[in-house]
Amino acid sequence: MDFSFSTEEEAFRQEVRGFLEENLPDPVPTTPEFLREWNAKLRAKRWVGFAWPKEEGGGGGSLIEQYILKEEMSLRRAPPLGSDFMGLAWVGPALIRHGSEAQKKRFLSDILDSSSLWCTGYSEPDSGSDLASLKTRAVRDGDEYVVNGQKIWTSAAKQAKWIFNLVRTESSSRYGGITCLLIPMDTPGIEIHPIDNLSGRPGFNEVFFTDVRVPVENRLGKEGEGWRVVMGALANERSGISESTEMTRKLDSLIELARNSRKAGRPALEDTSVRRELAAFDTRIEAMRLNGMRNLSRQLKGDPPSSETSINKLLRGALEIRMAELSLEVLGSASQLEGPWQNAALSFHGTVIGGGTPNIQRNIIGERILGLPKD
Amino acid sequence: MNFGFEEEQELLRREIRKFLDEQCPMEEVRRLAQSSDGYSREQWKQLAELGWLGLMLPEAYGGAELTWVDAVVLLEETGRSLFPSPLISTTLAGSAIADLGSEDQKGRWLPGLADGSRIGTIAFLEDNDVLGPAGIQLRGRPRGDAFLLSGEKRLVADVEQADLWLVPFRVGDPEDAIAIAVVERDADGASGRPLPSIDRTKRTGTLQLDEVPVGPDALLGPPAGASLGLSRVLDRGALALCAEVIGAAEAALRITVEFAKQREQFGHPIGHFQGVKHPLAEMYVEVESLKSLLYYAAWAIDEDPEVAPAAISRAKAYAADAFTRIGIDGIQLHGGVGYTLEYDIQLYLKRSKWARSMYGDADYHYDRVARARGL
Repeated sequence: MDFSFSTEEEAFRQEVRGFLEENLPDPVPTTPEFLREWNAKLRAKRWVGFAWPKEEGGGGGSLIEQYILKEEMSLRRAPPLGSDFMGLAWVGPALIRHGSEAQKKRFLSDILDSSSLWCTGYSEPDSGSDLASLKTRAVRDGDEYVVNGQKIWTSAAKQAKWIFNLVRTESSSRYGGITCLLIPMDTPGIEIHPIDNLSGRPGFNEVFFTDVRVPVENRLGKEGEGWRVVMGALANERSGISESTEMTRKLDSLIELARNSRKAGRPALEDTSVRRELAAFDTRIEAMRLNGMRNLSRQLKGDPPSSETSINKLLRGALEIRMAELSLEVLGSASQLEGPWQNAALSFHGTVIGGGTPNIQRNIIGERILGLPKD
Repeated sequence: MNFGFEEEQELLRREIRKFLDEQCPMEEVRRLAQSSDGYSREQWKQLAELGWLGLMLPEAYGGAELTWVDAVVLLEETGRSLFPSPLISTTLAGSAIADLGSEDQKGRWLPGLADGSRIGTIAFLEDNDVLGPAGIQLRGRPRGDAFLLSGEKRLVADVEQADLWLVPFRVGDPEDAIAIAVVERDADGASGRPLPSIDRTKRTGTLQLDEVPVGPDALLGPPAGASLGLSRVLDRGALALCAEVIGAAEAALRITVEFAKQREQFGHPIGHFQGVKHPLAEMYVEVESLKSLLYYAAWAIDEDPEVAPAAISRAKAYAADAFTRIGIDGIQLHGGVGYTLEYDIQLYLKRSKWARSMYGDADYHYDRVARARGL
């Protein structure tokens, strides 16, 4: 057991802090110009795609240094390491593992430069938690696939240039009949319908495919390998550590709110149940951080990423809900009005459901880890 | 960074496991729980021979000079077996004497604790039920360079089994004016009286002190200088307890998972149903998160003492709530048989009830976490 960092790792932390000191104004600007400049600076330091192999344009950095980098960035509320979120999280790692040389050449540097924007086509109206039942069809026609079907809950579909899309090429095999296609969003036959989220804002979209023709060279991996391609990417780098720094920041704001509020005529922080709840949040966030370090440690030893990441997904979901509820308790009667905390208490549901609902995570743990019979 | 046990520690775990499986299976636990001693002197002797009673004591006094992380390995396994013995009490007494005692005192008491000829315990709780220096109201009445102690200490673990009672008492008004005396079993005016514990594998009772004289050679450290030492020993108690909780909670989970795989209703093993599967998954999340919190705390005690108290409080607060829930759900998921004396799961429920308040309950420890965060 050793939770300390080596001198080189500590030196790297200082380097990151120095960089942030020099390049990140407080408060952090949100203009597109700043973001462009910011992305360019990070790219020059090879901090975007930090742990991707050097020969693919990444930083070739260690997982521990990546953890340090993300932690420091998150503590200073820096913008993300690169703007093409889906490209960096899903598409790039999948390309590195399964892509042809031509595909890597074509896509990876754009993702790292934040000059591309990807969306992902997973869920369908009848295939949510049961993703492997997806029905969007792709039928081979010469050198092309013809795609017909519908995706739903697609974030950023309007802005994205490309979609990383799961389709069915074979109906008899549940997992083995799924293939991954990379499709330009301006291909004829693609139609996007935004869906308003419960706050009335456009949060995600439906994407319809009608006779969309996709060249075979845009297939990622072999036909029928789509499930493997996605599951590998899904597990990639999901140690959940940076999530804990994000939650720490949320807790800081919640404590500030409690510090400045009164509950039943007394300072809210003097309320025993509020104090206890805040301390319980602190403890659960620390558990998330340490669970993340445990996952990281496993990866360092060469173990494949495992279902253990479901643990932090569950902890986070429960925390989001309880923290939002406590903010409303602290606000008292004002919780009936619209406001930033009140809106947050409506919108965390997206984070909790996205990427697999809590009940799906419980199934994963129950079946894959505890060995209980599948239902 | 390495979040995991070393090869030697895994070896230690296997040895302990083997010993407990052979020497103290559940029938033996049940027998000892009903015996008047509450533990097996024969097994105690063997523990000493295997070097596990002096695991952390200095080599010069018969110990193995290992760390708290090693002790966690030992205690996880004794907890898993619900092994009835005064192991935690004796470990704490030894660690307090090693920490605070003079060379003379160490030479007088530590070898006996390491070789199994003597059992030690700490009598830290009084009528006010306040943990820590503030709760110590028993005053030493000065007589020459000695003190006379009169009063009662409550819920003293293994009070009747112990040969050495470590007795904190007050020597002045400031909160931290605390001394710790080592009172030997045959001292005039001192006697232990057992009380029925909710968990018969853990013994407890009252220590009566009637004009018990303690000379300077029986005081650990300077008079009025043991406040910090007392806090530290209580922290270590919480840590040790959490390690046993991990083993016990994991065992309760395993037993219940096995039951859920075998018991069939509605034509399926009940573990197939989400109403059973999901609480089991939650139990797993709790156990694994507790491990993360506790391993960090155990590492911190030796390597980063400043963060240790808050880290221990997070673990104990989390353990108290998590094990409570695991105890209750373990019984509930068993259904009717869970409520019988015959099935082992009830033994874990009783352990959870005992462990909940020992060395501070969740309220106490969450309050400390809140303080550590400046609330």
